[in-house]
Amino acid sequence: MECLCNEKELTDEQKYKQLKEFIKENQGKRGYLIPVLHLAQGIFGYLPREVQNFVAKEMDIPVSMVTGVVTFYSYFRTFPTGRHTITVCLGTACYVRGAKKILEELEDQLGIKIGETTEDRRFSIRVQRCLGSCGLAPVIMIDKDIHGRMTAKKLGAILEEYK
Amino acid sequence: MALVHITIDNQKLEIEEGTTILEAAQKAGIKIPTLCAMPELGFKPGSCRVCMVEVEGLPNLAASCVYPVREGIVIHTHSERTRQARKVVLELLLTDHPLDCMTCEKNGDCTLQDLAYELGVKESRFGRGEKKLPLDESNPFIVRDLSKCVLCGRCVEMCNEIQQTYALNVGYRGSKTKIIADGDSDLRYSECVSCGQCIAVCPVGALIDKNAQGKGRTWEFSRVKTTCNYCGCGCNFDFNVKEGKVVKVTSNPQSVVNGINLCVKGRFGYDYIHREDRLATPLIKKKGKFEEASWEEAYQLISDKFTQIKRESGSDSLAVLSSAKCTNEENYLLMKFSRAILGTNNVDHCARLCHSSTVAGLAQAFGSGAMTNSIKEIAEASAIYLTGSNTTENHPIIALEIKKAVTKKGAKLIVADPREIELVKYATLWLRQRPGTDVALFNGLMNVIITEGLEDKEFIAQRTEGYEEFKNTVLRYTPEVVEKITGVPAEDIKKAARIYATAPTTSLIYSMGITQHTTGTDNVLCTANIAMLTGNVGKENTGVNPLRGQSNVQGACDLGALPNFYSGYQKVTDTSVKDKFSKAWGVDLSDQEGLTVVEILNAAYEGKIRGLFIMAENPAMSDPDLNHAREALKRTEFLVVSDIFMSETAELADVVLPGVTVAEKDGTITNTERRVQRVRKTIEPLADSKPEWQIICELAQKMGYKMNYNHPGEIMEEIAQLTPIYGGIHYNRLDDGGLQWPCPDAHHPGTKYLHKDKFSRGKGKFFAVEYKEAAELPDEEYPFIFTTGRVLYHFHTGTITRRSKGLNEIYPEPLVEINPQDAEELKVKEGELVEVASRRGKIRAKVQVTEKSGKGVVFMSFHFREAAANLLTNAALDPVSKIPEYKVCAVKVQKIA
Repeated sequence: MECLCNEKELTDEQKYKQLKEFIKENQGKRGYLIPVLHLAQGIFGYLPREVQNFVAKEMDIPVSMVTGVVTFYSYFRTFPTGRHTITVCLGTACYVRGAKKILEELEDQLGIKIGETTEDRRFSIRVQRCLGSCGLAPVIMIDKDIHGRMTAKKLGAILEEYK
Repeated sequence: MALVHITIDNQKLEIEEGTTILEAAQKAGIKIPTLCAMPELGFKPGSCRVCMVEVEGLPNLAASCVYPVREGIVIHTHSERTRQARKVVLELLLTDHPLDCMTCEKNGDCTLQDLAYELGVKESRFGRGEKKLPLDESNPFIVRDLSKCVLCGRCVEMCNEIQQTYALNVGYRGSKTKIIADGDSDLRYSECVSCGQCIAVCPVGALIDKNAQGKGRTWEFSRVKTTCNYCGCGCNFDFNVKEGKVVKVTSNPQSVVNGINLCVKGRFGYDYIHREDRLATPLIKKKGKFEEASWEEAYQLISDKFTQIKRESGSDSLAVLSSAKCTNEENYLLMKFSRAILGTNNVDHCARLCHSSTVAGLAQAFGSGAMTNSIKEIAEASAIYLTGSNTTENHPIIALEIKKAVTKKGAKLIVADPREIELVKYATLWLRQRPGTDVALFNGLMNVIITEGLEDKEFIAQRTEGYEEFKNTVLRYTPEVVEKITGVPAEDIKKAARIYATAPTTSLIYSMGITQHTTGTDNVLCTANIAMLTGNVGKENTGVNPLRGQSNVQGACDLGALPNFYSGYQKVTDTSVKDKFSKAWGVDLSDQEGLTVVEILNAAYEGKIRGLFIMAENPAMSDPDLNHAREALKRTEFLVVSDIFMSETAELADVVLPGVTVAEKDGTITNTERRVQRVRKTIEPLADSKPEWQIICELAQKMGYKMNYNHPGEIMEEIAQLTPIYGGIHYNRLDDGGLQWPCPDAHHPGTKYLHKDKFSRGKGKFFAVEYKEAAELPDEEYPFIFTTGRVLYHFHTGTITRRSKGLNEIYPEPLVEINPQDAEELKVKEGELVEVASRRGKIRAKVQVTEKSGKGVVFMSFHFREAAANLLTNAALDPVSKIPEYKVCAVKVQKIA
């Protein structure tokens, strides 16, 4: 599934159309709610009530079921995030190699806490328990890029790459 | 399944292998506490960990609700280890459960509280956390206090698996987990249909009956089991009474028809009982104004007037309308009053307006006009053909059986309905016929069945007659011809026909979408034809099942509140029957059939009916072409109405008598599956009101006829003697689930399904039925088809539901349902006012734009006096049953600027 977050901004109509097509292609398959929500979050950046209602209607399933899944997984967001999402890995390997320090430095630099978004909507911070790149620990992920062997010093330059 | 030997708390037990420990313990009379499991409903999630038991040889404790027994297993349900485990679970739950038992509505009826008491838990050793979630009081009936929720999942199970509304689900996770409605909104704004099933199963005080708050603790209530007085399902429940007041309704798991299931009206729609505007004393109209009167005055006046009219113009200038809202005993007495005292067979009731075509049609074809099967058999059918019944809204509990059949038992559902009703979601096939073309559609289906050789030849040969003539007619209705008439694609007709004919059992369910036409009897004959053609009648789980609308419309018909029958469908024209009743009642009787509802009003309009007694009916709202009907009531020289409220009809009366609600009298009512069940007196009649059976007796005495019973049970004894199908109905036999007629003698167990081995009339008769158009079709001036029905939250003319605070709050005003395309052409949007006009009248109401209505079809319910749909409907009658055509007339719709 392609993520569309880096493409140029689509109109709402185009976004819904894209989502609708994906749902239509997969109609009737078992267990495809999560892929649909995944794509929807890719398109819209987050999953507001309207998008959840849309998914429920198009998939012909109850809204309560969609919202149950959305609120269960921390991956899914119901509030808008920054243009770039920084995920700090707090898995065991990263943690012992100083992930906590990196997180604190990041929070200092951006002036926000976990789950928050900078005022200019540029960055959001979230954390995860292992990104599966333990060999590169400590690791942060910005959007879909993995940055390994992180140090507090390297942070500033890396953030500059993301406008 | 094999039997195994188990030991449970030192008791030896032989039990089926695979039974859960929890159920085994129940059989052994041992109570294992649970918070989540409801084994009787098949809900065993094993999640609350309260039902943990010790199994010898197992290192861990086992959740008894999911752990199956096996040979030789030794179980301890109340050992020290289990006690400790339960204690821990409880303490964890109590870390964030509000400890406000003193003011909690659930106090005394709370599983958590009981457990804490049993285990001696005063506080949690894990400390107290803060769990403060906002109270959700948005719904008019249900308060959700999620701070008290223990996340057992019962409400979600009820909502999704039994009720299948899918309003509730578990949301979030970890310590933030909570039950959400829709997208975590307030209950009022979710899919919730306010059935309150969730309240019935909540083990704690998280879900509470809003209107019973502060009105009593559980131990203060006395509970009286009775039968619901709304629709024909015949659900049982308990009235909870404190100090002479009905406070609330609670489920009674012993109910045969419904178990713990109830709909919004049954559970929450009884607050009308104690309304202040209940009629309190008899009223006599003097110079156009009602004045309070004594019963004596009222009886004297009625007696004088009826006697005078009878003397001057003869018995047939009097008439009586009985009531499908009153008991069997009252219907019997009123028809006796009409026939024996007034001397006329002019007695009828609102069944004329809903299912008279069923009674007429099925009587001709089978010999008996009632649902052939039982409600419980619906879920066992392999296919269901549902037509002209919006079951979800009109018979909510029967709809649950249909949903169960489809989703749990794999039945195929075919819906034939012009409206996109809720059950279409469950259907394999939806046939959207043009309103009023049912005969053509049925003939089309049967044409396919015959041409493809799918008919049940053996059944036809052995059990029916009239087949050849019928076949010749049907053969002309090819799917292509029928597609042109009905608008249903020929391919779909073929598919539906194949499903109908090839499924092992196909239950046909219909309601007023079939009966309320000028071709109503023809439609009903078609249902009988297709059932006989496919051998789907006279057997378990399959048959022809008309759903009756009112709580006792079946009983009112059974007890002879009809112009052509005495009780038990014994003909008034039959001399031996007449002689039997004449002898029993000690008077001469008429052998002339009387007039039907609409005919009575027409005769009143013309001055031929001078005196009319109406018991608890509201023709000034329910009859077609209301302007005409109301004028007829106004012209009636002497009109007596008994009711509990000042209905639209009572307003036109000369004398109004205060009757009582179902909570204030004893009696029986008969539900749609022919089940005779008790209603029980719960409170004393309010103010100066009296039960209708007593009113009739006292009036009869005043008119010089000896009619004296101490209790309705004595009336039923008389009914049983004179009515073969009720011959074995006695009050002492009705306490345990009632009895289904025919029940000819005191030892007969009642009849689950009809026409086994032999039809009531001997052989089943096929009728060749030709398609005829509705009496009034759209034209240039009136381009829309207008069709009427009910909505979930209201009942009939709204006399009681509009006086129920919550029901009226949730559905406060009439809506005109219009298809989006039509709305666009009319340039109206949702919520805008329109005027709907027919040749007979016009009304104003707000628009609801919905796909439910097909293009060119406008739907309205008939509950609202401020926009009475029946001002528009057509009083054209079915020639056989005299049912009016409520389902089709022509209207125009205009936006009001």
